Amino acid sequence: MYAQMVKSEATQDDPEQLAAFQARIDAGEKIEPKDWMPEGYRKTLIRQIGQHAHSEIVGQLPEGNWITRAPTLERKAILLAKVQDEAGHGLYLYCAAETLGVSRDEMTEMLLDGRMKYSSIFNYPTLNWADIGAVGWLVDGAAIMNQVPLQRTSFGPYSRAMIRVCKEESFHQRQGYDAIRKMAEGTPEQKKMAQDALNRLWYPSLMMFGPSDKDSVHSAQSMAWKIKMNTNDELRQKFVDQTVPQAEYLGLTVPDPDLKWNEERGHYDYTDPDWSEFFEVIKGNGPCNTDRLAARNKAWDDGAWVRDGLLAHAKKKAGRQHAAE
Amino acid sequence: MKNEWPLWEVFIRGQHGMSHRHVGSLHAPDAEMAIKNARDVYTRRNEGVSIWVVEANHIAASSPSDKGPLYEPSESKVYRHPTFFDIPEEVGAM
Amino acid sequence: MNAPLAKEEAFLQFLLRMGDNTLILGHRVSEWCGHAPVLEEDIALANTALDMIGQTQMWLGLAAEVHGPGKSADDLAFLRDAWDFRNVLLVEVPNGDFGRTLMRQFLFDAWHSIQLGRLMKSSDERVAAIAEKASKEVAYHLERSADTVVGLGDGTEESHRRMQEALDYLWPYAGEMFQSDDVDAEMVKAGIAPDPASLREEYDVLVSRILNEATLTIPESRFAHKGGRTGAMHTEHLGHLLTQMQWLQRAYPGAKW
Repeated sequence: MYAQMVKSEATQDDPEQLAAFQARIDAGEKIEPKDWMPEGYRKTLIRQIGQHAHSEIVGQLPEGNWITRAPTLERKAILLAKVQDEAGHGLYLYCAAETLGVSRDEMTEMLLDGRMKYSSIFNYPTLNWADIGAVGWLVDGAAIMNQVPLQRTSFGPYSRAMIRVCKEESFHQRQGYDAIRKMAEGTPEQKKMAQDALNRLWYPSLMMFGPSDKDSVHSAQSMAWKIKMNTNDELRQKFVDQTVPQAEYLGLTVPDPDLKWNEERGHYDYTDPDWSEFFEVIKGNGPCNTDRLAARNKAWDDGAWVRDGLLAHAKKKAGRQHAAE
Repeated sequence: MKNEWPLWEVFIRGQHGMSHRHVGSLHAPDAEMAIKNARDVYTRRNEGVSIWVVEANHIAASSPSDKGPLYEPSESKVYRHPTFFDIPEEVGAM
Repeated sequence: MNAPLAKEEAFLQFLLRMGDNTLILGHRVSEWCGHAPVLEEDIALANTALDMIGQTQMWLGLAAEVHGPGKSADDLAFLRDAWDFRNVLLVEVPNGDFGRTLMRQFLFDAWHSIQLGRLMKSSDERVAAIAEKASKEVAYHLERSADTVVGLGDGTEESHRRMQEALDYLWPYAGEMFQSDDVDAEMVKAGIAPDPASLREEYDVLVSRILNEATLTIPESRFAHKGGRTGAMHTEHLGHLLTQMQWLQRAYPGAKW
């Protein structure tokens, strides 16, 4: 998902305090920043919320890649508003993480020097205009699947940020489907673009949910803490079940020859993504890792004088006001 | 390097004459820019007609350990709630 | 252009000038999305660009209507060549650093806000209605760009230097916004739009006040590049911008998006 393979921190706290804390979570209470919390809970949350926030910010890049080439004024406005929302979502999430005692700048530096990760999906390129539709439809569709349950997560600020994000996110998926539908129903070239986009983005979208449950070692603690609400495979299956009929409606072919409805299970059987590819991408060897991080580093470095300049001015102004009083 | 813009808490009053409500936070060099940033970040979908911002480190907050002394005493003052009193039906709505 | 201009033709030119300004500047500003110095600025710049795209749809929408049946705002934006564009050169120059982008925005917003104020009293109701809607958006753009120019001009040594460089680079492009020609004369006669030259005084007062507050020095030369709003000679930059912007429409003619 936007937060993949978030390592749960072991926690060494007083067993009694831990039990009381777990009881609060089990009772559905929200944990607020000033409440006592196990150090492991705090650290895991910072990692997870931070990774989620970074994903939103890096996620601006593949879609931003098409803003200047959007084919109509309306599509340009929709795409720009959408990518702007991603920045907003990143901002809400950074703020939620900041309540845990880490600053946005600290998190940004950890993203920029590779200590913190972002979702593997954003290391894939957007190569034709249908990718913009496919990203909204598939990538945001997959994200929503994870984010809707996270509105009930145990940490108050995270839950509130997710509520805000989810309210805005359904616009994203719908605009994506609308855009790719236009293509699927368009000229032969447009239809080709739509199929090409689905071919390239299908498996990377499935990877968003993280490795298979049997290989996912950190889930149990996070699920007990209610900072992870469903298992990876549960969500992946739900995504496949939801998406396949949508692809059929478009007349597009999901690039999985073994995909078929399993009457007995009441689910689609599907082929797992190539996990070795996933681990390569996570390690930094995806098609765009280097470019994405370089772009974020450049924006950050080039912007330093602006951040410093505006702050220096604010301080001068405050000083002058103070002197005048 | 440690030149981060201060954090501001943002409160917005929606369309319907309600109180200002905390909607989130953001960074800004000063109060004026914080209000502008709040306008751009938190009212993109017609959410508000009035904005308050306050620098986060100026907020004084109650401590969770005071939860008992602060809030439990009011639990026993049930007579403060209108439903405490039975009004005969014949009297009508009150 | 020696023969007297038909009023309709002049009106079309005027609408293209308004719409192309916001089209091209909106495009430039949208290039920042995902690359701004801080998230809050990224979001704010996108808002500015979105407003300008919306204004473009209104101006070019009306232009298409005036142009005749079967034309749309999108046709005008995506299917004209550089020489048909009527935006001032100021809006097509590349973004440069954030300082240059915001300085360009300020120099444009200041003109734009005055212009829209006059257009709200246009004898053409459609023009007045667009101006009315746009003027609220632009009042905010101006407030924000002016604040940022002041903040960066009067910030650190580096930010001051960069803002002065931005002003020095952009100032020769400001004058074009005030050059009048026979299109403008026709618009004045019809009561549709003001004479551009008549906005200069108010502009100078506004711009001097802000740049003064920003501790920046306005270059002495009044030399002004021109050729954008007449279409006679754009910069080399416009063609590259159009190459990107128009690519899909050009490569796949007639497709619906």
